[in-house]
Amino acid sequence: MKKMKYILTGILILGCIITQAQTPKGSVLIKNATVLTVTKGTLEETDVLVENGIIKKIGKNLTAPNIEIIEATGKYLMPGIIDAHSHVALDAVNEATAPITSEVRMADVVNPYDIGLYRALAGGVTISHAMHGSANAIGGQNITLKHRYGSGNPEDLYMKEAPRTIKFALGENPTRVHGRGNGIQPRTRMGVEAIIRNGFNEAIQYKKTWGAYENALKQKGANPVPPKYDSRLQTLVDILDGKIIIHCHSYRADEIYALINTCRDFGIKNIVFSHVNEGFKVAPELAEYTMGASVFADWWAYKFEVYYSTAFNAAILMENGVITSINSDSGELIRHLYHEAGKAQRYGELDDEQTLALITINPAKQLGIADKVGSIEEGKQADLVIFEGHPLSVYAIPQMTFVDGVKYFDIDKDPDDMRLKVSASEAIEPIFLKEHNHRCMQDVDFLFNNFGRSLFNHSH
Amino acid sequence: MKNLKYILYAFIFTVIPITVNAQFDGEFVKPRTGKFLLQNGTIVTVTKGTIENGSVLIENGKIIGVGKNLVAAGAEVIDCTDQFIYPGLLDGGSRLGLVEVNSVAETQDFAEIGQVTPNMRALVAINPSSVAIPVTRVSGVTTTLATPSGGLFPGTAALINLNGYTPDQMYAGFEGVVLSFPSSARRSTWDRRSDEDIKKEAEAAQKNLNEIWERAETYYKIQQAKGDLQYYPEMEQLARVIGGELPLLVEVNAATDILSAIEWIKSKNVKAILTGVAEGWRVADKIAEANLAVITGPMLSIPTRQSDRFDASYTNPGKMAKAGVKVVIRSNDAENTRNLPFNAGFAAAYGMGKEEALKAVTINAAEVFGIADKMGSIEEGKDATLLVSTGDPFETRSQIKHVFIEGYRIPMSNRHIKLYQEYLERSPGLEKN
Repeated sequence: MKKMKYILTGILILGCIITQAQTPKGSVLIKNATVLTVTKGTLEETDVLVENGIIKKIGKNLTAPNIEIIEATGKYLMPGIIDAHSHVALDAVNEATAPITSEVRMADVVNPYDIGLYRALAGGVTISHAMHGSANAIGGQNITLKHRYGSGNPEDLYMKEAPRTIKFALGENPTRVHGRGNGIQPRTRMGVEAIIRNGFNEAIQYKKTWGAYENALKQKGANPVPPKYDSRLQTLVDILDGKIIIHCHSYRADEIYALINTCRDFGIKNIVFSHVNEGFKVAPELAEYTMGASVFADWWAYKFEVYYSTAFNAAILMENGVITSINSDSGELIRHLYHEAGKAQRYGELDDEQTLALITINPAKQLGIADKVGSIEEGKQADLVIFEGHPLSVYAIPQMTFVDGVKYFDIDKDPDDMRLKVSASEAIEPIFLKEHNHRCMQDVDFLFNNFGRSLFNHSH
Repeated sequence: MKNLKYILYAFIFTVIPITVNAQFDGEFVKPRTGKFLLQNGTIVTVTKGTIENGSVLIENGKIIGVGKNLVAAGAEVIDCTDQFIYPGLLDGGSRLGLVEVNSVAETQDFAEIGQVTPNMRALVAINPSSVAIPVTRVSGVTTTLATPSGGLFPGTAALINLNGYTPDQMYAGFEGVVLSFPSSARRSTWDRRSDEDIKKEAEAAQKNLNEIWERAETYYKIQQAKGDLQYYPEMEQLARVIGGELPLLVEVNAATDILSAIEWIKSKNVKAILTGVAEGWRVADKIAEANLAVITGPMLSIPTRQSDRFDASYTNPGKMAKAGVKVVIRSNDAENTRNLPFNAGFAAAYGMGKEEALKAVTINAAEVFGIADKMGSIEEGKDATLLVSTGDPFETRSQIKHVFIEGYRIPMSNRHIKLYQEYLERSPGLEKN
């Protein structure tokens, strides 16, 4: 009996160790690369030493015993690419049942087996911001993922150091889903603004109620009844308290400007606008009052609210001092964000460093993780990509991708089939002719059958 | 009273136009034709090598001289020092001009109702003033195949040059009837039909196709025999295919479907071009053996199967070209048809090589469309449809400096550029005064 007890205790302790196990951290010495640090210029024929997942030293002729050495002469080394707007590895995207659903969390629906994670790694992307969709004015809480492909545990993908973020959405999508689809507010951009204001005001009330309760508790002999807990409102309180960064799906200048005003009224500074096709029209306001804009390189005209777009958006925003990133919002684009960034050179002639910042340090700033990733600096996490050819060249080919110093992609060594598991329900492997390249409206297509629209059109 | 009327007319026809004109600032730049000398550039002819420090002389819409030390009295000289002259890029499949705003049904003119509508001609629905046309052509993409989609025979595609005020002015000399070959693939990752439904639909489509074709052959025979025929525009158009007047553009993507399509084409003895061909690399030898040209793309799309290597769509055109297939690249886009050169760039990087990828968007396309006497390379006597760039036009960092389409100098402007000009330094900025 006693023996049994010991065994059980042993199992329990082991279980604790397993559940608290760290994600893998690697050590590697990359030699003689052209290092594109993004924040500290370009270093020719330079070595980067990674120890235990952290960039330990950057310099020439570095040595380290008992460590894998990768010869990178003639190759480029850049920071892992960061995608500030993605839906990769998500089983569900939209909780489209109310105009505000701030209580739902994308962390609960992470699918670590998604082949999209590996395809992103093969394009040098090491971090993605897996977001709720754009059906609601205030959607769910997003999750920042590190692409530690190979683990079956969703939690291993979480970037636990990243601050909380939440999805907001303006314009056609929330008005289509709720106003036209469900017959409730919002049906217009006026309604969207009002829904958000109402939410914040209710959150202030809610916070007061709890404040009153907590004060009452301090009274001697008092026995107050606690208010009902509401995670929807509590999340909005956390936004007002600056604990959550808003990432807002938006297109038109008027709706962007309206939300900037709302945020200023409520003292909210942590807001990033996403897509933001007409951001160029309110660039001075975005520069002054927000954490910037995360845009497409060139997408436009797929719906009416993006008809008056320009591919020069990123360049105009950058020149106006807006923190700007280029995102994918697509399982296809995420595979070549370096090329998407390169287009900012065609449209606006940004220099190399500005352009690389669009997919590295700038999205890191917008996700609140710029002190940890987004550039090649000593002390930062070793998320790195080795390229054959300059990453902004159309002929560039990513060779190896590292997350925390661990190699997750190797163009020469990886087998063709990189699935972690094969679906038992699939007798025949399905053939897909294209990625539905905007998942922002996934899970709400049933609402649009009566509009006579094809489900296979863009609905970003 | 009558006098008053005259005075009023006089006012309307003379005074108003003058005052209105005086209110307009700036000048609208139109495309213009003339005699142009593109001087001292690197000419990438595609078919006849590369000429350093060369010049191209353009008159009456044609290239009338290519080489060094050209004399050109009265020509407008455009200095191309340190710049590169390439033929205009041809897109083998696009919806440009057939749709204005993708999600707005009122602007979608690429998909007619009905399964069998080969008589729906894309050329009829081309909107010459689509905002996306000037947005596209400043990238050096000068010519696109406007392609209908939808049913089994969705319509007749038309090759257009991206300059002109009427569809006929834009027409570039090729039409082809589209056949969406019965498909065992899913349209996109959102296509949730069951395996069984997909199979059933493909079988029904195949049966339908065979019946339609039999009818068309009968129609053609009666037509040849000068028999009495009722008005039947669908059959009339298919009869043109059977008679060899129009080629068939066979849209097919999954490997097994490609093999079926090859068999079907062989049995019908029609002039056919395969389009899409996403899984062409799996059966490249068979396509080469059947001697069928392929229009494929976009490269910038996901691998068709999860088990495929991550770069399957990038390497597809290169693998087909290596097997001996004549490959043309398409964007299969509308508003972003301007990304054609970048698709070619990815194909080049992933195995096709720059030279072959360039051919895939120039001379190969011209040959497949039967217009190689006019387009696809920089040669004397061909249409003056070309671009001048600061570097390789597939590279995003290159700037396209000039575009000529059939001798017309194209204004390097469009709505995207105008918005840039207006908003780069907005006035007022953050504060008004």
